[in-house]
Amino acid sequence: MPTPTYPEAPETLSRRTFLNWMAVGWTGFAAAMAAGLTATGRLFFPNVTFEPPQQFKAGFPSEYAVNKVDERFKKRYGVWMVRNEKGIYVLSTVCTHLGCTPNWLEAENKFKCPCHGSGFYSSGMNFEGPAPRPLERFKIGLAADGQINIDKTAKFQFEKGQWNDPASFLEIA
Amino acid sequence: MAKGDFVSSIRESQAWKSIFRHGPPTTPRNKTLVVLMNVFLHLHPIRMKKSGIRMSFTWCMGGITFFLFLVETITGVLLMFYYRPTADYAYADIIALREHVPIGIMREVHRWGAHAMVISVWLHMFRVFLTGSYKPPREFNWGIGVILLVLTLLLSFTGYLLPWDQLAIWAITVGSNMARATPFLGNEGPGASLINMLMGFDVVHAGSDARFALLAGRLVGEATLLRFYVLHCVFIPLAASVLMAIHFWRVRKDGGISGPL
Repeated sequence: MPTPTYPEAPETLSRRTFLNWMAVGWTGFAAAMAAGLTATGRLFFPNVTFEPPQQFKAGFPSEYAVNKVDERFKKRYGVWMVRNEKGIYVLSTVCTHLGCTPNWLEAENKFKCPCHGSGFYSSGMNFEGPAPRPLERFKIGLAADGQINIDKTAKFQFEKGQWNDPASFLEIA
Repeated sequence: MAKGDFVSSIRESQAWKSIFRHGPPTTPRNKTLVVLMNVFLHLHPIRMKKSGIRMSFTWCMGGITFFLFLVETITGVLLMFYYRPTADYAYADIIALREHVPIGIMREVHRWGAHAMVISVWLHMFRVFLTGSYKPPREFNWGIGVILLVLTLLLSFTGYLLPWDQLAIWAITVGSNMARATPFLGNEGPGASLINMLMGFDVVHAGSDARFALLAGRLVGEATLLRFYVLHCVFIPLAASVLMAIHFWRVRKDGGISGPL
């Protein structure tokens, strides 16, 4: 029986070389697709948001009356400025239960959340309702021009012992 | 002209034959072809067990869910002719849809249909569980079904914001707080602090996390309204449609509608 003859593979491109090039090609393609998808995912993070800035100036310390909860920045920046005998701290207006905005009830001397009834003292401590922890405080300091500087990107939580941090409180001598 | 002649003259016409390439469904072969040759029917089995379509067995909940999806699609497209997803117009357009537009109940039909769909999809899942229809070889289709359940809930969630009233804004504010706790991708989630520590600076923060991507900001605002509108009207329905096609096709491929194999 005669042995069948097979045509020789062309010498310019062996099977191994072809497969190697295939591997290079597919790896490159996959990498390009991954890079493209990652870049497309970036589309969901706009460079500019039309929201109030996270850092802002809140006037001079002398503008705040002692033992008062000041609501002037509540609507725009979502903070209460609270002045006690020693100084000023900034409370977040986000309820620690589910994120609604409580109201400051001057007559009852407390914050009361309309959603589920959580209550907080002017210090931010929770004392009634479902809120599991006190309101958060934001970073406060003095700018070079003597105005109060507030930075909402830095927050201080009582339950983590962060209210002792000097940046969470502006002492007024 | 006799009636039979008229019917057969239509059936013999080129127009009819160009649409239906098989004869009338009088023979077993032609009955099969009716299903096989129709793009809408071909996802379904050609024939099924009599017990498989008993109402007491399936509750028809999958079919009702699909029907409600069609109702939502049609009423939703009708609402899109009037609704504008911007802070200035959204709420006024919702009111106009009730007060100024003929058939002012269209939005209520859409809303009630959505509630009904959430209920029917849960009951469908419950029935599939009770009849053990998640077991091999149907476990892949159970997985598809779970994704479809999540998409149904996300459709309801994204639609909730569109009336742009206080209820809507606060519901989404509260609901989207969950995204803060996404593992690694949410700024309060497990693993976020680890990533930030490893990178040496805050990679995952309130301005870069999963919630930010969902809301297009740190707060529920106009950008959120537009984002939810696109998700609600385009992205999620498209994804659900593709998965439903797979879901129905797999019912057939995995041994037909629920029942012993």
